[in-house]
Amino acid sequence: MSKMGDFSSQTISHIDREFIAELLGKGERLDGRAFNEYRDIQIEANVVPAKAEGSAMVQLGDTSVVAGVKVLVGEPYPDSPDEGVIMVTAEMSPIASPLFELGPPKEDAIELARIVDRGVRESQMVDAKALCIEEGKKVYMVFADVYPLEYDGNLIDASSIAVNVALLTTKFPEMKLEEKELIATGEIKSLPVTNIAVEHTVVKIGKHLILDPVLKEEFVQDCRLTMAIDEKDNFTALQKGGGTGAMSLSLIEEAMDMALDAGKIIREKIDASVKAIK
Amino acid sequence: MSPETKPDFLISPEGLRVDGRRPDELRPVELKVGVLKQADGSASIRQGKTYIIAGVYGPRELHPRHLALNDRAFLRVVYRMATFSVPDRKRPAPSRREKEISMVIANALSPALFLEEFPRAVVDVFIQVIQADGGTRCASINAASLALADAGIPMRSLVPSVAVGKADGVLVVDLGDEEDKYGEGDVPMAILPPTEEITLLQQDGFFTRDELLEAMQMGISSCKYLHELQKEALKKAYVKKTPDGEEGDVDEDEFDDDLETDLGESDMMEDE
Repeated sequence: MSKMGDFSSQTISHIDREFIAELLGKGERLDGRAFNEYRDIQIEANVVPAKAEGSAMVQLGDTSVVAGVKVLVGEPYPDSPDEGVIMVTAEMSPIASPLFELGPPKEDAIELARIVDRGVRESQMVDAKALCIEEGKKVYMVFADVYPLEYDGNLIDASSIAVNVALLTTKFPEMKLEEKELIATGEIKSLPVTNIAVEHTVVKIGKHLILDPVLKEEFVQDCRLTMAIDEKDNFTALQKGGGTGAMSLSLIEEAMDMALDAGKIIREKIDASVKAIK
Repeated sequence: MSPETKPDFLISPEGLRVDGRRPDELRPVELKVGVLKQADGSASIRQGKTYIIAGVYGPRELHPRHLALNDRAFLRVVYRMATFSVPDRKRPAPSRREKEISMVIANALSPALFLEEFPRAVVDVFIQVIQADGGTRCASINAASLALADAGIPMRSLVPSVAVGKADGVLVVDLGDEEDKYGEGDVPMAILPPTEEITLLQQDGFFTRDELLEAMQMGISSCKYLHELQKEALKKAYVKKTPDGEEGDVDEDEFDDDLETDLGESDMMEDE
C-alpha cells in the first residue's frame, strides 16, 4: 500500500494511471515482473482436513483465497438423470478488501463464481456420469466454494487454482442405494477427474498485455481476457470482461500464447501441491 | 459427509475427556497476528481443529449512513462460516445463527474499545470460520480482539473468551465439537482481564446454581490463561519490527516490561 496513493475507493489518480502506463512503455511493471510472469504462488492443499472433503489455500502474491469442497448426495436434475452435479460458488467477502462491501453477491462476485465454474464445467474436469449413484434417484453433488481472504488483483486465477487443487484432493465416502436407503459402502473415493483446466488472466492496458494483474493494474486496465486451458493445451472457456475496452485479433492471439506458456508452469505447481499431501 | 458418530462416553473412567484432555485443559491454541495484508488489522486462531481468521477495517466512513452513531463509532461484526467448515455443507446465505453470533461477539468486544474516539465512523470486524469444530464464537472473540489491537483501535484490554460446559456430569473448559453436541450444557463467556468483568455470557443445557457459578469461575481462569497467549501473539508480531522495518535481533526479555505499558491495559482501566 506504500507504493502509490490511497485506494480505499475504486479510484486511481491520473498520476498513478500515467505512472503505470509510462512504466509499461519502458517494458516494466509496478512490482518488477515481466509482462508474462505470474507472481509468486504458494499452494497448500488440505487446509480444512477435519470438515471439508477437499480444500486448498492459494497465495498469489498478496492475493489469497481458500476453497473447500463438500460432497453431498441429492437428486439429479430431471434433464440429466444419470449425471452428478458439480457447482462452484464464490463470495467477495469484505474481509478480503476495503473495496468489497457487505451484502448479497453483486455482479462481480457472480461473474467470478461463474467464470471459475465454467473453467471446471466446460473442461469436463469431473466425469459427471461417474457421479451417479442410481439413475434418476441419487447422485453425488459436488460443491466447491471459494472465499477470498486478501484481494490484490486477479482473484479469478487464484480461485481457479484453489478450486482445482481442492477438487483434485477431494476424498469422500462412497454411498450406495439399498432398498431406498442410502448406506456407506465403507470405501473412500476420489472424484472421477478426467481433465484439468486452469484459468489464466491477461489484461490489456493501452497497447500492452500483462499476465496476472495486481489490483492497481486492474484499476487502469481497458479489459481483461480469462482463458481456461486444459492439459492438452485446448482452450475450454474464454471470458472477456473487466471493462469495455476492445481487443484486436492479433492482441488476443498474443494473450492466448502468454496463457499457454504460463499454463505449463501453473499445472506443475498444482501437481506438486497435490502430490505433497499424498 | 464427514462421518460423525456419538462417542460411548465423554469422560473416561480415568476422568479424561474424549480427546484425552483433563477437564480444565484447553485444546492446543495457536494465535497469529497480522495474517492479512489488505485488512487494517488481522489475526488467526487455531484452537483444536477450529480455524478462524478475523480481519478489521477502520475506523472508516460508515455506509449506510443511517447506522451512524453521533457519540461513538459503530462496531460492526460479521461472523460467517464457510460452506465447507461444517460436516453438512452450510448454505451460503447468512443464517439466523450467524447473525445472532455476530451480535453477541460485538457485545463482547465493545466494552473493551474506546469507540467514543471515533463518532459517526465504523469499525468493521469480519470473521471467517474456515473450519468449525466447536467453540467458534469464543475462538472468534479471541482472534477478533487481537485483530482490533493489530488495527490500532484504542482498547482497554484484549478480550479472551472460552466456553465451559458439562460432559457426563463433569464441568469441562473449551468444549470440542462432540462435547458440545452430546454434552449436557454449554456456557460461552468472555472477560475483560483487568477487572474480570464478563462481557459475553450465554448458556444452554442444565446447570445447578452452584455448577453455573463454578463453571464461570473456571471460565475466568481459562480466559486469563488465554489472555497471556494473546499478549504473547501480539508481542511476537511487533517485537521483531524495528523502526526501519528490518527484522532486528532482539532479546525477548528486554521487551517484556515495555510492552506491558504499550498495551496500556493496567493504567487505562483505572481511569474508568
